[in-house]
Amino acid sequence: MKYILLMNGSKAGVDTYRAWSKTDIQAHFDFLKRLNKDLTESGELVANEGLGSPEQAKAVRAGSNGTPITDGIFPETKEFLLGYWMVDVDSAERAYEIAARLSSGPGPGGVPTNMPIEVRQIMTRRTEEVS
Amino acid sequence: MTETMFSADAEHLLRELAPQVLGTVVRRFHDFASAEDAVQEALLAAALQWPREGVPENPRGWLIQVAIRRMTDQVRSDAARKRREEAAANEMESVAIPAAELGANEERDDTLILLFMCCHPSLSPSSAIALTLRAIGGLTTAEIANAFFVPEATMAQRISRAKQSIKSSGVPFRLPSREKRSELLRTVMHVLYLIFNEGYTSSSGPQIQRPELAKEAIRLARMLHKSLPDETEAAGLLALMLLTDARRNARTSPDGELIPLSKQDRTVWDQAEISEGVALVTSALSKGAIGPYQLQAAIAAVHDEAARSEDTDWPQILALYDLLKRMSDNPMVALNYAVAAAMVFGPAKGLALIEELGSDSRVAGHHRLDAARAHLEEMAGNFKAATDHYRIAASRTTSVPERDYLLAQAARLSDAQAPSSPEP
Repeated sequence: MKYILLMNGSKAGVDTYRAWSKTDIQAHFDFLKRLNKDLTESGELVANEGLGSPEQAKAVRAGSNGTPITDGIFPETKEFLLGYWMVDVDSAERAYEIAARLSSGPGPGGVPTNMPIEVRQIMTRRTEEVS
Repeated sequence: MTETMFSADAEHLLRELAPQVLGTVVRRFHDFASAEDAVQEALLAAALQWPREGVPENPRGWLIQVAIRRMTDQVRSDAARKRREEAAANEMESVAIPAAELGANEERDDTLILLFMCCHPSLSPSSAIALTLRAIGGLTTAEIANAFFVPEATMAQRISRAKQSIKSSGVPFRLPSREKRSELLRTVMHVLYLIFNEGYTSSSGPQIQRPELAKEAIRLARMLHKSLPDETEAAGLLALMLLTDARRNARTSPDGELIPLSKQDRTVWDQAEISEGVALVTSALSKGAIGPYQLQAAIAAVHDEAARSEDTDWPQILALYDLLKRMSDNPMVALNYAVAAAMVFGPAKGLALIEELGSDSRVAGHHRLDAARAHLEEMAGNFKAATDHYRIAASRTTSVPERDYLLAQAARLSDAQAPSSPEP
């Protein structure tokens, strides 16, 4: 079964992260690289992407004639999706285990960030018989 | 591409030969993991070469020869490493069966041994499925990856890890003892059944070439049944697959909507599969050793033999579920029993049984419980309760077609109950 692990954060969190020391950033990168390597080797990684920074985010609505009306987002007030991991695992528990590992990634001074990771199951296209 | 020109017959032949060739190469080299890679390469070479040059006179010999050449090349390049591992290799030599000419019995045994290996209990179900499809089904990694909607690199890793696990668990290439066999057989049958179920996935988006997993599972179950003709459960498994697959064309609309059994167009059920399945399960049941696959096949047969939904022999289905319930402590079986009881004794009886099941934590939050309850509440004329349970079930299922179906049921009932809307 497939799960998506969503890493959310605030603008403030992203700002803090940008001020991390080189060593701390390197340690975090190494951690993520290692995690992705492990998930690839275990045959569980389906996809992993990071998203552009919150300042670039736009809220888009359709105007009266269907043309896009774009608005900036007020980053201070919002939680943003920063990145996601899609995994194909044998159980929900395994998905939680991977999420916990993501959350344990090192922050400043190597202290785990403990970021909350949102875990959502991906719907299947199964067509089992219904009564 | 040459692959598209490759005749279905030749492809079928390749896939049939895959486990036989693998068996021979493993027997000679005593190295399952490398042999499997070599055979996969030989299959790919055949898929490229045969359409151009024609199928060789002795296709099996051709494949064995190519695979062995690959193996020898690899052994040579690994020679230095091999020397270091010599002690270990010698040890392996002493437990492995010496290479021998292949008779019909060994060929049959090879397929079995390979199935037992690929479905070894030390592997996770997803690894066992992937390895079985590749080593015995003869599918390529890309095809398996497509079937499970994961990247090819991910599937390649899953297969390679599965092979490593087999290597490190030291499973010898020989048939397990009688006592061990029945336990291993259960795992094999479970893996084949999972492959079959995975086949019931409607593809979304542009149609990519996906192997038909249900058909593949049937082919593997047929191999298993052929290898173990006296195992009544292996016959039961094959029968269950055939009797379920027979309804394939009727269970979804052209738009991919689910159609419940009671509303299916029974004229499009596959009669050939039904007759074969019925014959298999009838003969298996008469032999004595009754098991869950035979009972499920028997239930499927009762459904398949009813020309109209209202002709379904529900008392017989109830009796079969009763037997199945005694055999396994499975709440899903108990749920199906409750639905069958409702069809025989009325919805009140079924609802009472479902109420009892609600305290079983294994099934309490499962969408199926709510879906069954909704169905029976509707039968009982309690449309409000039925609507509510259809919606709860929809919020709990993880399948898109099923969610759409359940929401459509809820909408149908709530539209019927709503007072006609005033003119705008």
